[in-house]
Amino acid sequence: MVDQPQPPPASAAAVGRGPWRVALRRLRRNRGTLVFIVVFVLIVLFVLAAPLWADHLADTGPNATHTLEKVEVDGEIREVVDPAGRPIGPLWFGAGGKFFLGADGRLGRDEMVRLMYGGRTSLFIALTSALITTLLAVVLGLLAGYYRGWTDTLISRALDVIWAFPVLLLAIALGIALAVGGLQIGPLTISSGSIWIPILIIGGVLIPYTARPVRGQVLSLREKDFVEAAVAQGAGPLRVMFGELLPNLASTIIVFFTINVANNMLLESALSFLGVGVQPPNASWGAMIATGNDLITSAPLLTILPGTMILLTVLSLNVIGDGLRDALDPKAKIRLEAHAGLAEPEGTPV
Amino acid sequence: MGRFVVRRLLGAIAVLFTISVIVFLIFNVIPNSDPARRLAGRNPTPTLVAGIEEEWGFDDSLPRQYLTTMDKIFSGDLISYTTREEVDERIVEGIPATFSLCIGAAVIWLFFGILFGYLSAVQAGGRLDRILTVVAVMGISIPVFWLAAVLLNYLSYQTGIFPSGGYVKLTEEPFEWASHLVLPWISLAAIQIGFYSRVMRSSMLDVMNEDYVRTARAKGLSERRVMTRHVLRNSLIPMVTLLGLDVGVLLGGAILVEALFGLNGVGQYAFESLESLDLPPIMAVTLFGAFFVVLCNALADVAYAYLDPRVRLGDSAR
Repeated sequence: MVDQPQPPPASAAAVGRGPWRVALRRLRRNRGTLVFIVVFVLIVLFVLAAPLWADHLADTGPNATHTLEKVEVDGEIREVVDPAGRPIGPLWFGAGGKFFLGADGRLGRDEMVRLMYGGRTSLFIALTSALITTLLAVVLGLLAGYYRGWTDTLISRALDVIWAFPVLLLAIALGIALAVGGLQIGPLTISSGSIWIPILIIGGVLIPYTARPVRGQVLSLREKDFVEAAVAQGAGPLRVMFGELLPNLASTIIVFFTINVANNMLLESALSFLGVGVQPPNASWGAMIATGNDLITSAPLLTILPGTMILLTVLSLNVIGDGLRDALDPKAKIRLEAHAGLAEPEGTPV
Repeated sequence: MGRFVVRRLLGAIAVLFTISVIVFLIFNVIPNSDPARRLAGRNPTPTLVAGIEEEWGFDDSLPRQYLTTMDKIFSGDLISYTTREEVDERIVEGIPATFSLCIGAAVIWLFFGILFGYLSAVQAGGRLDRILTVVAVMGISIPVFWLAAVLLNYLSYQTGIFPSGGYVKLTEEPFEWASHLVLPWISLAAIQIGFYSRVMRSSMLDVMNEDYVRTARAKGLSERRVMTRHVLRNSLIPMVTLLGLDVGVLLGGAILVEALFGLNGVGQYAFESLESLDLPPIMAVTLFGAFFVVLCNALADVAYAYLDPRVRLGDSAR
């Protein structure tokens, strides 16, 4: 790549080590980040194991209700939901893995199974919507920063509008409107209960927080000599944007993607908690908190567990994002500003 | 400077206008959100729907309906489709609760954000710094509504230390007002304390490397004086901008927190009307929120120029 200035060969060890190798080395030395990479991998394994647990131990599905059923715990027959409507507490392995964490409420669904399947939904939504956010934000940021002029004005003003909405209010409004009617874009129909609705909403409303800093970075990058060199060689706008500028944004994009997954997961949980994200009977960690919150005084675990899962996942993503930033670009400050969308890297005309 | 202010003002009006159009469209173009049907209740007859359409003006063209709605918002006689209450009145009633919540939470998060950031930066790399970093990242990762629910359970339902919700007027019982708001304040501030302390820390570290700090040390000022007079003051500049930009986040959080604690403010009103797909209050509340976001962004710009003379110079040179 033309753009990566080779460091002067000061020592023999530094010769021929590419920027990605250096970053990997830095990452390997960062113990805190490594711990949380392990935590995140464990969470992913936990939710991937959902069908195994459901079929072999719990013997039920995430949405199957067991209201009037009884379960044998260490030879004693107990009701899953007692006449007062209280769900059974954690049985651990007392019933061979059934109701490991108890039932989730009046409907008597298996909390452990729901926690695993709910995590799948939450993680899937967070990852896909972060992919959408990052992709659109990068394209918009590239276009605005490269063409400047009216293209920039148009894109920047559109981002300003989304920015001025209280994000949650916009997301709730879209969530409610679409949860009622579903969505139709040309031949594409998304039915009202589909998880693609929260994915599209979350992916859309958080775009400015990534697009603005990307635009700022493109504005300063395009003044660099390597862009001029590429243009002199006859490269068209697309070549310059995606062949020259994009590789230079790689570290920013990776860090933003990680943080977007974390933020999108928080937004999804809030929407599902309010009932406008993942629709019942499907589970997501946010939706499970909403169910659990009705019983918080008698069965606080039903609220605490899914919340702790969200906290752990978001925490590990934030720490990993931090660590990646340190490894890829030790001088940059994008980590902090990413949350506020404040990032206007150096070289941006203020 | 004058031209700059005028341009910003026009920009703000354009943004508010676009937002009102978007909200209006969201609830009119999207299928099954037909307000006449909703007013008619379950299983409406076509004649009933048609009657309501005519009475409320839903058979007018969309631009005309938009203008009517906007006109009613500003003249104060907008009426809810579901409860038939006056919308502006409800918003005005909710303002004290929402402002008490938001301003109180902002004061708490600024205070602790600055304090923690300051302590971290003074001994960057030390043990306290590392502990505070962990606390900050934890804070950033907590779901607001979950924290509120858990606090409510353990500090109110189980132990009765704090009241379980509701809003008491400041003018009537100041002590009750505060005790009712402690948990909502903490819930809303927690995420931001973590985030602001990180920004404060990095801002302080930047300033500490500036030449004027070295000069201050070189001329023999005490470390304490260097820190408070030179470093702290200049590190606060990004915090001001940040606070201005965070009003949207604050209002969003207020929706969740107000709903959980039953504060009956504007946020809760927003959520209730969203749930019943009640367009008039949604329009009014969204514009109300967006107005504060735009206003505070503009104020942050002005404050920034005031605190950092270099910004002003750059502006007049343009």
